[in-house]
Amino acid sequence: MKTNLSVEIGKLKLKNPVMVSSGTFGYAEEFKDFIDLSKLGAIVTKTITLKPRRGNPAPRTCETSAGMLNSIGLENPGIEVFIQEKLPFLKKLGVPIIMSVASEEEPEEFLELVARLDIIEAVAAIELNISCPNVREKASLIAQDPEATYKIVQEVRKITNKTLITKLSPNVTSIADIAQSAEDAGSDAVSLINTLAGMSIDIKQRKPKISVGIAGLSGPAIRPIAVKMVWEVFNKVKIPIIGMGGIIDTASALEFILAGATAVSIGTANFINPKISLEIISGLKKYLIENKIGDVNELVGSVKI
Amino acid sequence: MKACQLKLKISAQVRIKDNYWHCEFSAPQIAKIALPGQFIDIRVNDLCEPLLRRPISIHGVSRAKIKIFYAVVGKATEILARKRTGEYLDIIGPLGSGFALGKQKTVNSKQMLVAGGMGVAPLMFLAEKLTEGRKQRAENRITVLIGAKTKKQLLCADDFKKLGCIVKIATDDGSQGFHGKVTDLLHNLSSDFRSLPSAIYACGPKPMLQAVADISNQRGFPAQLSLEEHMSCGIGACLGCVVKTQAGFKRVCKEGPVFNSRDLVW
Repeated sequence: MKTNLSVEIGKLKLKNPVMVSSGTFGYAEEFKDFIDLSKLGAIVTKTITLKPRRGNPAPRTCETSAGMLNSIGLENPGIEVFIQEKLPFLKKLGVPIIMSVASEEEPEEFLELVARLDIIEAVAAIELNISCPNVREKASLIAQDPEATYKIVQEVRKITNKTLITKLSPNVTSIADIAQSAEDAGSDAVSLINTLAGMSIDIKQRKPKISVGIAGLSGPAIRPIAVKMVWEVFNKVKIPIIGMGGIIDTASALEFILAGATAVSIGTANFINPKISLEIISGLKKYLIENKIGDVNELVGSVKI
Repeated sequence: MKACQLKLKISAQVRIKDNYWHCEFSAPQIAKIALPGQFIDIRVNDLCEPLLRRPISIHGVSRAKIKIFYAVVGKATEILARKRTGEYLDIIGPLGSGFALGKQKTVNSKQMLVAGGMGVAPLMFLAEKLTEGRKQRAENRITVLIGAKTKKQLLCADDFKKLGCIVKIATDDGSQGFHGKVTDLLHNLSSDFRSLPSAIYACGPKPMLQAVADISNQRGFPAQLSLEEHMSCGIGACLGCVVKTQAGFKRVCKEGPVFNSRDLVW
């Protein structure tokens, strides 16, 4: 039986709906010993900022029940070093590269970053990370404010024709409202969810397990929340959704697709099994065949309530 | 050298004493390329609890087998200790940058290994490599300092002796050997010019490693320290396990776990 796994996100055509999430896959080179990278639907890079960032002191991660906390603090070499040292490897893979970018202090930094990336052919799409919970310079996130979200997406939209993805935060009252703002301002897609703000305490030392205290929770523990948010956003906006949050196998990837995600993204599970994204691609294909479904797009948002 | 993800068969699982275990795997791919100081990243079950792999240093390599030495200290190691010979585990390895062996085979080199508690684990593999095919002449025998809380928790002393190493022991409560910290013992020994080592390799708790770094930096001999940090991916992707160095944060799982004492910022 012929099955179609390809999906479209804005102008981006993915050969399958499985991508890897920002911050969980480095700059892909870290995984080259373990998987055939060329089989991935897309690769989202670790978030890049204008200037290099040292990140937060250790400990930066800790394990929790069926999940983990992280507060890396957006450590990255800055855009110029990225272009010189990391992009050449990514370019050769033949996989759409989605650049994740973030501002440190002023939202205007997004414009500088996007202008720089807009002229690079190897960059297939840009993901605006307006939802990283681990940047201490900022009291609140752009993704927590519908107007701020609208404003930054609109300004970025004016300067690039590349596919624009807005990454949303679950640390809000209504994620659908923020998704609506992103759509209204011209975002081609939304990706959700970023990590949930959380905290874990070492009772012997009476100190937080993460050096900076509050961190981002990921892994299977957050999946039901993420699936619900994808469903809410699916019912509110028309642009495609990239769903993520605790996907660890084919079944959990399918939950997101059924809830309304056109593509799914694998995060924490990459740490546990570097091959997991490829296993999920095969698993999706098998599911389509077993259920006599010709096209994965037919499944998107098809959950019956 | 290329690391790989493999399903490895447990070829032996032996309790040494109390909560200390040896586990051996058939792993020709890893055994062939593993270097002292490197580690393997073990997934102890297929469930979400524990979620992440556990990094454990390589204790020894013999032909097609690799051995780890671990203490049961939490949920993951408890599960690991319940695994029996013949069972399979999902393992990635060898990972990390190990000890630089340098010109250890020159006659005048006086190498010293300093272990605190479970720090003996990677140093055993190192001692095996350092003594491999080398005539243990009296004047250039390797000295191993082993520290433990009590005599009961002293590990691997006889194994190091079997390799021909000079073993000196320190216990916190004085129940065996030098009464005090292993680093106090190192301090005393290195005050004597004749026993000044030409290179130190150390593994143990952070305060111990910091003391080793202080002594070696003051006295001007190089020390390679094997660090431990919580890891999420073990392959350099998550940037979780960093340590502060003169050149910024470095990943314990990739640039480490072994660092030069002069590069670290405490």
